[in-house]
Amino acid sequence: MGLMKLITFPMDRSYSLTGPEAQKAVAAGLANADWYRTPVDRKRLKALMQRADGPALRDTALWLGLLGATGAAGIALWGSGWAVPVFLVYGVLYASAADSRWHECGHGTAFRTRWMNDVVYQIASFLMMRNPVVWRWSHARHHTDTIIVGRDPEISGMRPPQLIVIGLNFLGLVSVPQSFAALVRNALGRLAPDEADYVPDSERPKAVRAARIHMGIYGATLIACIAAGSILPAMLIGLPRFYGIWLLLVMGLPQHLGLAEDVLDHRLNSRTVHMNRVLRFVYWNMNYHMEHHMYPMVPYHRLPDLHEAVKHDCPPAARSLWAAWREIVPCVVRQLRDPHHFIRPQLPPGAGAPRYGPMGQAAE
Amino acid sequence: MAEIDACGLDEIDEEDLLRFDHGGHSYAIYRITGDEVYCTDGLCTHEQVHLEDGLVMEHVIECPRHNGRFDIRTGKALGAPVCIDLATYPARVVNGRVLVDLP
Repeated sequence: MGLMKLITFPMDRSYSLTGPEAQKAVAAGLANADWYRTPVDRKRLKALMQRADGPALRDTALWLGLLGATGAAGIALWGSGWAVPVFLVYGVLYASAADSRWHECGHGTAFRTRWMNDVVYQIASFLMMRNPVVWRWSHARHHTDTIIVGRDPEISGMRPPQLIVIGLNFLGLVSVPQSFAALVRNALGRLAPDEADYVPDSERPKAVRAARIHMGIYGATLIACIAAGSILPAMLIGLPRFYGIWLLLVMGLPQHLGLAEDVLDHRLNSRTVHMNRVLRFVYWNMNYHMEHHMYPMVPYHRLPDLHEAVKHDCPPAARSLWAAWREIVPCVVRQLRDPHHFIRPQLPPGAGAPRYGPMGQAAE
Repeated sequence: MAEIDACGLDEIDEEDLLRFDHGGHSYAIYRITGDEVYCTDGLCTHEQVHLEDGLVMEHVIECPRHNGRFDIRTGKALGAPVCIDLATYPARVVNGRVLVDLP
């Protein structure tokens, strides 16, 4: 392959998992390929991978405690102006913070004890309006084929970027109806063609059952709203997915936005961003995203240590969210007229050669 | 089946594993504690990723890419994203060497 291949961008590219790009990715050896990883000594890596319950128990107690406290305060203050800031915090804890809990517990790395991962995964999946079965498989594919067009179902920054959709999604205005429709579809026993591409047949009954449970809770919330003559129950369950998701997009879109497609090197298609402790609590250290993709078995609470172990071989991390977005915005604006354009991170001197394609093909 | 001298016991840390290639096939040899050793196929049944970089926790091996988990003793797949069990092979320690019965 090589760098020239990267900039040969067909304008009519489809991101569907069942379209022509899927076949091309397989033919090019980009599906289920061998990815570059910064070498880490086995003993050091093994130490980094060790699981513990303590950090996630502390953080989950704090998360659920804050969620409960702000929810209770929101109920108490309902009808007054003070409810607005309280629900803003509740919404962020509900939707933006749930994403990283969904993510880490889906990987099974947050807790050492398996059932704790599973319980928090189910709760967070519901808060995120995600089918826990479908999304487990979706995310597995995302890790197998990260930002491989036609293979990765979790590409949020397509080219040319759908800036209006991205903007609307800061309030969930496109993603929530889509997520809800997907749950309805699953509850009716159907999977979309893309979902069917990565969810094995044996898992489909579980997906249908999970969707029906979610729909049952939303139905009970609707009944509670009607019975109470108030939207307050929905302000607590469901609607936060609209009004609380904005911070996730601020933190999460920089994971891959503006970077390369169709490469086999997370240093080229994933971004690490330094964040303060409050944001890292909300995001469970997923700002160390490149490191997470290289070694997904390292728990979130050890990602800062993994960052130290690999940073000599990786592009410098963005100093802040502000710095990351200052890099991203001009890139995606340019992509509107030039979808070939993307950011090429600079690897440090002595870094391993970037892997643009399958092993055996030339790297540049 | 033939019994193969795969490696020295001291080549594998406790609660760890070692890749072993033989006859065009790749295996994983695990040491739990002391002389307690096991052998399975080396590739995860989910997407054929080698388990050599995985994490051993008690009697469970976790695939390094998607955290698919298998019981090392039986090869049983312990939940999504792994649905197919891992093949296992008899293994024992004799005079500090790990012997495995392979096809």
